[in-house]
Formats: sequence, C-alpha cells, structure tokens
Amino acid sequence: MMVNQIDKMGDKNTGNTPTSYELKQKKQARQRWLLLSPAMTLLLFAASGPLLIVLVYSFLTAGDYGGVVWKFSTEGWFSVIWQRDIFSDVVNLSDAHIRVLLRSIKLSFFTTILTLIFGFPTAYFIATRSPERRSIWLFLITIPFWTNLLIRTFAIMEVIRNEGIVNSILLSLGLIDQPIQMLYTDFAILAGMLYVYLPLMVLPIYASMERFDFRFVEAGYDLYANRWQTMRRIILPIIKPGIIAGSILVFIPSLGAYVTPRILGGGKSMMLGNLIELQFGQANNWPLGAALSFFLLAMVMIFLLIYIRLTAKSRNTHV
Amino acid sequence: MKKQNVDIAIQAAGVTKIYGNGNGKIVALSDVSISIPANEFFTLLGPSGCGKTTLLRLIAGFEHPTAGTIFLNSEDITNLPPFKRRVNTVFQNYALFPHMTVTENISFGLEMLGRPKNEIASTVDEMINLVKMVELKDRQINQISGGQQQRVALARALAPRPDVLLLDEPLSALDQKLRKEMQIELKRLQNETGITFVFVTHDQEEALTMSDRIAVMNQGRILQIGTPREIYKQPAERFVADFIGETNFLQADVISARDGIAEIALPSGTKVEANLPDGFQPNKRVNIVIRPEHTMITADTDDYALVGRLENAVYFGTDMHYHLILDSGEPFMIRMQNNPEDNIDKLTKGVKIYVGLSKNAVQILRD
Repeated sequence: MMVNQIDKMGDKNTGNTPTSYELKQKKQARQRWLLLSPAMTLLLFAASGPLLIVLVYSFLTAGDYGGVVWKFSTEGWFSVIWQRDIFSDVVNLSDAHIRVLLRSIKLSFFTTILTLIFGFPTAYFIATRSPERRSIWLFLITIPFWTNLLIRTFAIMEVIRNEGIVNSILLSLGLIDQPIQMLYTDFAILAGMLYVYLPLMVLPIYASMERFDFRFVEAGYDLYANRWQTMRRIILPIIKPGIIAGSILVFIPSLGAYVTPRILGGGKSMMLGNLIELQFGQANNWPLGAALSFFLLAMVMIFLLIYIRLTAKSRNTHV
Repeated sequence: MKKQNVDIAIQAAGVTKIYGNGNGKIVALSDVSISIPANEFFTLLGPSGCGKTTLLRLIAGFEHPTAGTIFLNSEDITNLPPFKRRVNTVFQNYALFPHMTVTENISFGLEMLGRPKNEIASTVDEMINLVKMVELKDRQINQISGGQQQRVALARALAPRPDVLLLDEPLSALDQKLRKEMQIELKRLQNETGITFVFVTHDQEEALTMSDRIAVMNQGRILQIGTPREIYKQPAERFVADFIGETNFLQADVISARDGIAEIALPSGTKVEANLPDGFQPNKRVNIVIRPEHTMITADTDDYALVGRLENAVYFGTDMHYHLILDSGEPFMIRMQNNPEDNIDKLTKGVKIYVGLSKNAVQILRD
C-alpha cells in the first residue's frame, strides 16, 4: 500500500529536475543500505563463503582417510539416494538413506504437530491474559533459551532415564515394578524435540493471536456458531499466518536436528543430521556429506517457498 | 415467576451485574427491570459507564447476570449461550469477519443455523438488496468504507431473522452526515422487517428521533422509561431533564397536589399548575424544570410567571436565546423562534424581562 502511494506521488512530478521530495527519497534509500550493510557483509562472508566451499566439496572425490581429492566427481550427489552394488555395479535406490530421509521428515512432521497441539492452547492462554500477565508468561516461555541446548538435553535425559526422576517417583509410589524404558526411544526423541521447539511455535501464534480481536469470537457466537465452529471458521482462519509461521519455524530446524535425536535416541534412530555428521566422521565421505547438506538445504528452500506462497495468499485475503 | 405476556419480546426482571469482588467490585447494573414489546424500537440512553452496554451484552448472552432473569418471548434465556439465543447484535465497531467477503459475512449466521443452500442464497440476496450493497457484495471487508461496513453489519445481523436485534452504538463511528442518513435507514429497516430493535446510544438526539420508547440510564439504574415526548417534556428526575436537551431548573413550593397535577408557587410568587411524575407524593419544596422553548418574553406586565433581568442575548439563526438572571437569583434561559417582523433582539443588557409560560410548561422532579 505504502509503496503504491509513494509511486503515485512520484508519477505526479513530471518535471526533469529532481524535487526535494525525490532527493529525500534517495537519501532515505542510501540510509537503508547503510543500515543493512553490516548484516549483508556478515551474510556474504560467514554464510555464503562456507556454503560455497560445501558446494564445491560436494562435486569432488572422497579421500581415502577423509578430506577430498581435487578431482571432479558427481559420486557424492549420486549417493544421496542411489547406491551401486560393489560387485555387480547394479544401481539401486539407497534404502538406508531413504529411510533416514523419511524418518527425518516424519520426525519433523510429528514435532510440528506436537508443538502445534501443545503450543496453540498455550498461545491462546497467554493472549487471553491481561497485558501485564502476558509479559510474565512470555518471559517464562523464553526461560529455556537461557541454557545451552546440550545441557537442556542432558537434563531431559536425567529426568526420563531408568534411574531418573520420573521412574524413581513411579517406583516409590508403587505404580510400577520395573522402570519404564523411556530414554533411547522415539518417545524420548519426540519429547526432547517438543521441549526444544515449543517456544518457536508459541511465539508466532501468540503474536497473531495478540492482534486478534476477540470481538470476532463474540460475533461468531452471536451468529449461532458454537465454540468449535467459532474456532474453525473464525479464529483459525484469522490467525493462520501465525500457525504457518510457527510450523515452518519448527519444521525446518527439526529436519536437520542433530543433538536431540543423537543424545535422547541413543544414536539408534539415525536422522539426516546424524547421517551428515557420519559422512564427515567415521564414513570418511566428505563429498557425500556435502551433497547431503545441500540436499537438506534444498528441502528447506522448498518448504520456505511453500510458506511464502501460503502467506502471500492469506495476505491477499485479509489485512 | 408468573406467566409472561407473549407480546413482550424482551423482559429483564431484577437484573443485577457486578464485576469483580471485595473492594474492587463494580456494580454495572443494579436491579434493572424492563419489558420491551415486540416490534418496538427501544433505546437505552445514558452517558458512558451507565450500564447500557452491559444490559445489551446480558441480553445478547456474552455475559451473564449476577442476579435476575432475562426472558426472550417469555422463555427464560438467562443461562443460554449467545449461539442459542434468537438475538443478533450489531457491534459498535461492526466486528465484520476480515477473512470473508460481504456475502460470506451476511450468510454466516444462516450457515451456522444449518439452513439449506438455496434458502441462504435467496435470503442473502434479499438482505444485500435491503441494505443496498448489490455492487459491493463480493468485496473484502477492508475494501469497503465505514458506512458500507455499517450496512453489512446490519445485513449480517438481520439475515437470520432474529426475534430481537441489538445495536451497540452502531452510528458512533460515522460522520455527522452519514449518521443522519443511517438514522433514517435504521428506522426504515425496523419498519420493513418488523423486528424488535434494542438500540444503545449516548446521543440524545439519536434517541429522540428514532425511538418508540427510551429508557434513560445512569449509574447502573434505569431512571425513566417513556416515549421520546414523555422523556423530553415530563422528565421525572433531574438527571433525565439535564441529559436530554437544555433546560431550566428552579425550586417551587407546592400548594396542593392531586392526580398528576399540582398547584405550585414559583419563586416570583406566581401560582401555576405543574405536572407530577407518576406516583410521586411531593413535599412542600420541590425542584421543577421548565424547557427554554416553552417560555417567552411577554409584554403583559400583569400576566407573567417569572421576572428577571437580561444578561445576554444570542442569535442562533432560527431562534434567539435570552439568558436572564431571575429576581430570585437563579439563571434562566428563554428560547424564542425568530420572526421576520420581530425586533426584540434589540433588547439591551440589564433590561427587565417578564417571562410567560406555555400551557403545561412546568414539570415537577422526583429529586
């Protein structure tokens, strides 16, 4: 809207000499670039540089004991989803890699669903408090960020391991005879992921919920919509951008999650992140690791594009 | 509770609403009782914070009373949620759904009621015609003006054919000209649909021009219910007289009182007849109210009601306002229409003025 208006104002000026308005505009544009330059510089050197190196490595030949040999090869990319039989040279889909890939997507998917199930009511709760209470609750939500992820993950381990707090309490209460095996299971991974990514779901949903005008709920009730219909037809469509933003924020880092599945899953269920790590470590296949990294990046890009599409559409229909 | 009359659309019996508790408790409504007959244009009028919106929200079902009962067509709806009441609301800021078009907004209520598709389509068409929004029916809400949003809000609330339509200061966001148009429009819609309207406003002019009956509220209580004429001409309490229109307050002595009429002595000593509020037994000393337009400057120095000296004369085009100080000390205002042949506006400050009264000009107040 703003940009359109400014354009129109510019159109009206038909003279050749720049007006003071145009000069001001140019000055503002210059200042914008100046403000952006530190971040741009950092992105250029600290992000694009290493990415470029990874991209180059993915097209090189693997060294026997790690590292790369400077000889062009597409073997790394090929091995992302294909495998060649050592003896017969027959090319097959790589079951192991596809399993890891699907498991990662599945984990991300369930993490997203779980954080949504837990995060939506939380955000709703916070958004419906009085403004002073809201800031207290938001503050509480951010507390986990104060501690390093690794330490938090070990803390979860302490809670759910066989001799951990949960099992000790259940045993001493006589509710169970044997400790429940929770650590090194899918449950442990999901619980850890939920814990780590929950704030990333709560905050964007809260942000759109805070702007939500609760008179719409009254209007819904007034027009014979019951609680469920009001939720589905009024609240959810209006705060959809927040839900989509939260889902993307959770789904994307979950795809490459490394620490949580590794520690809480005990390395039994390999994820994409662990697979990449393996290639740079024991497997000594850097080009494959690099190609897998780029593969992950491409997936993230695709999901982001979907996100932009979805939000662009919903932006057309509201505001 | 005895059987309710079927022709009463809304009845509130002894409704009290208290927010909070302990020291922080606020009594928003205290023991309010009203009955609104079907097809009436009923207005709740009062300053902000008087409880008028609270009463509306209790009828809509967004909140529930602390005590008392609310009936809709003689059925007790006190504890029903809003979506089970055949009542619709036009919200102050319209609360139109931003993710829906004009048509989708209007059809929402009918969809929720589970009406068949073809019936929804025809009712929505009818509503769109009724509020003259045909060209804009596929627009998004943010693509239409405030006045148009107002019409859509009306159509949305009328489409399900509620028994009662509640309007919460729906015209307050509009500019003066649009507000006048919408006042006429609302009255037309009420006539055409035959739906009972309960209208909340703080604007006395709006209340007087549109309503069949008005309830004047202050501090959580209903002070007086009556037709616009009754409320204006026979205010029962000082607040009502003061809130609606300009007026003169004086004190007088009661000489005698009988069914609705009392003979009183004005500060000047003149004896006149005055109206008594319903069921009011006056003491000796009472407060009275005289509307400025029910008074005139009289040349007859033998037959006058009040006498004073001119302080100020203000020209208003159609009328003149004369501000006097009565000989008994109170300020007093006379409003007279200007006639082409008049030249009494040439009166100078300090001149002695004899005030005449129209018939029935004096009203006794309860307080």
